[in-house]
Amino acid sequence: MAKVVVVTSGKGGVGKTTSTAALGAALAQNGEKVVVVDFDVGLRNLDLVMGSERRVVFDMINVIQGDAKLSQALIRDKRLDNLSLLPASQTRDKDALTGEGVARVVAELRDKFDWILCDSPAGIERGATLAMHHADIAIVVTNPEVSSVRDSDRIIGLLDSKTAKAERGERIEKHLLLTRYDPVRAARGDMLKVEDVLEILSIPLLGIIPESQEVLRASNIGSPVTLSAPVSPPARAYTDAVKRLRGEKLEVAVPVERVGLVSRLFGRRVA
Amino acid sequence: MTNLFQLFRRRPTANVARERLQILLAHERASVGQEGLVATLREEILQVIAKHVTLDRDKVQVKLEREGETSILEIEVEMPPVSRPRVAMTA
Repeated sequence: MAKVVVVTSGKGGVGKTTSTAALGAALAQNGEKVVVVDFDVGLRNLDLVMGSERRVVFDMINVIQGDAKLSQALIRDKRLDNLSLLPASQTRDKDALTGEGVARVVAELRDKFDWILCDSPAGIERGATLAMHHADIAIVVTNPEVSSVRDSDRIIGLLDSKTAKAERGERIEKHLLLTRYDPVRAARGDMLKVEDVLEILSIPLLGIIPESQEVLRASNIGSPVTLSAPVSPPARAYTDAVKRLRGEKLEVAVPVERVGLVSRLFGRRVA
Repeated sequence: MTNLFQLFRRRPTANVARERLQILLAHERASVGQEGLVATLREEILQVIAKHVTLDRDKVQVKLEREGETSILEIEVEMPPVSRPRVAMTA
């Protein structure tokens, strides 16, 4: 049965789009049929991060309004043919995204794919609540930084009250994805530790993505980091996160660059 | 050289971040919960009153005010004129 996953955070700039692209590609690399869906109407960027920006013809709002079929709007990835993108509209009004229209599109996507990854816009307004509404699973992307943790806490509250699952009285599965983590600064006491964030937000940990220059290099060239630098620490962290998402029991560690003294110090288990 | 010296003297800040967040979020979670509580109370109070009196929804005000340790729930209901009572006489 298809799983709908929302990648959300409240705060902007913490790595939702980057993570959606990397997780989507990693799932597809595992043989799953995946679609990544951009919900950020007016400020779409998932197309750019995926390297498909020049191939966008139709978008989700065209599909909702009946101007295009879903199959016409879906863009199949050039590197992985089981990975697709449904872009958001860059020009239309946000109000064109209706609850009923989104429900229809998500239902149709459920028939075609194993995984539907919804990249939420920042904020707690309608775009964000629509992106989370049909989710079975939520991935809360958080930086080890006070404003991001606070906004994640707020989003967790919304996930527990505003989603279709919550409205039916069911519990939505929630996972924390800690991004831009720097184990050296955390060890020095200058960055919230993994345990601190986990204690405050009290949702299970899906993965820790270390701060890495590979992430920016990947978006520069329009490739998910799991494809452009598959053995880099962030790519390995995303690949492991996907294994956990698929139900594998795997201890969470911060992947590091080289094997040596540094990795012996910081490659240890953290949760 | 001074900068390097300061770097070693600097106190860790992550524990401050953690404590500030714990205090703030305890407060925010409570108040977000209470927003929902007020809405629920208002809705249920309206339903109870509507059983007996035809009432304008806007004439019912429910407020929760907090001062320090205590919270005060304030319910204000503006009743319609007494000339047309519709109280059920089923007792």
